[in-house]
Amino acid sequence: MRSESASLLAIAAMAGVTYATRAGGLWLARRVTLPAFVQACLRHTPGAVLVAIVAPAVLAGGVPALLASAATVLVAARTGRALLAVGAGVAAVWALRALG
Amino acid sequence: MSEAERTAVAFTGRGALVGARLAVPFVVGSLAYGVVFGVLARQKGIGGGEVALMSGAVAAGAAQFVTLELWTHPLPVLGIVLTTLLVNLRFLLFGVSLTPWLRGLSPRKTYGSAFFLYDESWTLAMSRFHAGERDAAVLLGSGAALYAAWVAGTVLGHALGGRVPDPEAWGLDFLFTATFLTLLVAFWEGRRRSLLPWVVSAAVALLASRVLPGGWHIALGGIAGSLAGGFSRAE
Repeated sequence: MRSESASLLAIAAMAGVTYATRAGGLWLARRVTLPAFVQACLRHTPGAVLVAIVAPAVLAGGVPALLASAATVLVAARTGRALLAVGAGVAAVWALRALG
Repeated sequence: MSEAERTAVAFTGRGALVGARLAVPFVVGSLAYGVVFGVLARQKGIGGGEVALMSGAVAAGAAQFVTLELWTHPLPVLGIVLTTLLVNLRFLLFGVSLTPWLRGLSPRKTYGSAFFLYDESWTLAMSRFHAGERDAAVLLGSGAALYAAWVAGTVLGHALGGRVPDPEAWGLDFLFTATFLTLLVAFWEGRRRSLLPWVVSAAVALLASRVLPGGWHIALGGIAGSLAGGFSRAE
């Protein structure tokens, strides 16, 4: 297969399977009634997924990431201002990396 | 939720704009990493048209970065497609967890919105719904903004070429983490309810991130934490 055709085929197939994963959960859950236990688990999913997203970055990013994360959470919890907290965190990690 | 509450779901321009506005920190990060992707893709010999098509049709940063490593000639098409599927499986979990909020929507709006399902837009939508938002267009609005940034960044990066920029030098990699952390704060429901699932999720995610590629740590940590919460029955 010519390399261009192979690339286009790969991209088209990537797009297809990716959309299938995006639509698949929605499609399935609309059709079936989820058991009570599954629904109980799903109530914890947003927090659990968010923790799974940030944990490697926070805990494997060394001291700068750890301290900047603590700063972000503190500012967010105390002020309720997300953008302020994000700004504080990014500034903290930048400064700590520059110093370290 | 009663039947009436479940179907009382709006889908308006206001909701989409709310989503887009909330997505701003993620948009900046997506633009930056889009540029990185465009530069890297060019180094791999991928053409401008192809890279635009990839980011425009696939629109999945994690999977795109991972498959870029596989982009040799002759192209291992099957390996690339399988890897893409595996990295993106977590979207299935996202879709299932979103359904209570989207249940009243027409199939067209539901499956149209699905194209814009990312880690960031899912997280924003779930946090808004958790806070009482009932306009389902939040998902579409935030996702569309992220999509535009990702595609624009890709095209820009590919056109500029040159050395691979380093987002870490500016702390931009932490932009994603920081934004996710602010959203996480809102989901804390006290030690009795949240501590165990979150600790389980963190442990599994940390382990998985070291041994498995792509976004697997997100799906595995999310599932493990959800199961821990479901089993502990701390309602």
